[in-house]
Amino acid sequence: MNLKNIITEIEKADPEVYERLDTRRNSMKQFAFAGKVLAAAAVPFAFGSMFKKAYGQTNADIVGVLNFALTLEYLESEFYKAAVTSTAAATASAADKAALTLIRDHEIAHVAFLRTAISGLAGTPVSFTAASFDFSGGNGSGTGPFATAFLDYKVLLAVAQTFEDTGVRAYKGQADKLIPNNDVLTAALQIHSVEARHAAKVRQMRRALAAPNLIPAGVTLQPWITLAQSGIDTGNAGANAAIQSSYAGEDVTTQAGANIVNIGGQTIAANEASEAFDEPLTMAQVLTIVDPFIK
Amino acid sequence: MDSQTAVEKNGTEASLLEKKIHRRKFFKFSGVAVASAAFVASCDKNDDDNDGVNLGSGDVGILNYAYALEQLEAAFYTQVVLTPYSGISALETEYLRDIRDHEVAHREFFKAAISGVATPIPNLEVNFSSINFTNRDSVLGTAKAFEDLGVSAYNGAGKLLTSPVYLGLAGKIVSVEARHAAIIRDLITPGGTAFANAEVVNAMGLDVARTPPEVLAIAATFLKTKINASNLPTS
Repeated sequence: MNLKNIITEIEKADPEVYERLDTRRNSMKQFAFAGKVLAAAAVPFAFGSMFKKAYGQTNADIVGVLNFALTLEYLESEFYKAAVTSTAAATASAADKAALTLIRDHEIAHVAFLRTAISGLAGTPVSFTAASFDFSGGNGSGTGPFATAFLDYKVLLAVAQTFEDTGVRAYKGQADKLIPNNDVLTAALQIHSVEARHAAKVRQMRRALAAPNLIPAGVTLQPWITLAQSGIDTGNAGANAAIQSSYAGEDVTTQAGANIVNIGGQTIAANEASEAFDEPLTMAQVLTIVDPFIK
Repeated sequence: MDSQTAVEKNGTEASLLEKKIHRRKFFKFSGVAVASAAFVASCDKNDDDNDGVNLGSGDVGILNYAYALEQLEAAFYTQVVLTPYSGISALETEYLRDIRDHEVAHREFFKAAISGVATPIPNLEVNFSSINFTNRDSVLGTAKAFEDLGVSAYNGAGKLLTSPVYLGLAGKIVSVEARHAAIIRDLITPGGTAFANAEVVNAMGLDVARTPPEVLAIAATFLKTKINASNLPTS
């Protein structure tokens, strides 16, 4: 059996095979050692075991990612359900209310879709209700830094923007884990771009608000993320710090080793270079961000 | 071959593999995009020379596909900024200039990324004869079509990539295209739900995903250069 040829064949289907194997250095070393002592007939079995370790847990990993996404979708759907009927939204324009209602409906649809997808993979979807969340960001106290979210429309939109931008970054950070399942990967991408549409719209709604709109002086809020600017100043340091964690790392201007500023001799400033690429967040980063909103 | 020879052979190959893994790791950390030499070599095998610009195969084919679409978008917005439509607002100018910069950055990024592992497709010749650049409706209508098309193209191409590095990069770009799509739609129909209405988001809350042939059939209207996507992966 020609091991090199087999790995080359696998590489055609999975160029990352070396990375996968490299994360299993011990297996690899054991295998190299085993190759010296095992009879040739036993090699295929050792080989199969090595790949099972490299590729194992795939379905469980995917269900884990989908349950993470489902948690975020519950957070968003319950937020918008409460938002559209809130005291804060009563002061919004009819057009804004229509937009928030559409976003709510999308988030509800995402919850239903993800539950079905998880069940289809023989997983168990997580469940949350309105009572699971504390949208003040107070970990259940109800007195967190965003306690006026459903009372003050400008705070409501600031929280909505943060949730949407965080959601975009959260899906982006999980895409690679979905590579083994094309259908799930495509669906996740289809949700991801909807969240980005929401984010752009909420940003535009904030920009259209009359002052005071919580947009910091000197900042031009745009539908895309400039550097690591949240474009939000609540006047509360704790709230600002909580929001800022959703924008940390968005200011990179180098992609895969290429400096995007003035790339290819074109005039591209740092602001636009950062805006042109949204950045991922890890699952751990996202869970830290949303933790204060989950009781 | 006797078992002793087989064992020695396998032992040697296992150590060669470890060397190769170390080399790959070096590439990863040195910032060079993950690439396979075998893969690059395969790109030149199946060119149909008489049938337009061949995107190639595998991940590089998909990168060339994205590069083609970004070339189209960048050329469009460059013209929009150069010859603004009559009655353009300050807000529209601000957004369209930014979008031009983003698309030019995407185009140049793909050119650089592909150049690291293969030969990128050449500059494409566009055909904008159907667009009236002096007319707001024509320009914004085209922008909307391009942005929605771009989102659907990346959404459909994600599964065709095998490299998580490339998938990650495509993911960083597609959400920016979706932001563009939403705001262009909002400029055309201010306020309300155009940013993500049922034209682009279905009842399950999912955006559009299109295959490369579907996307290229739509893009062909705006391209003089013929694109040959016949070697692109299909799953």
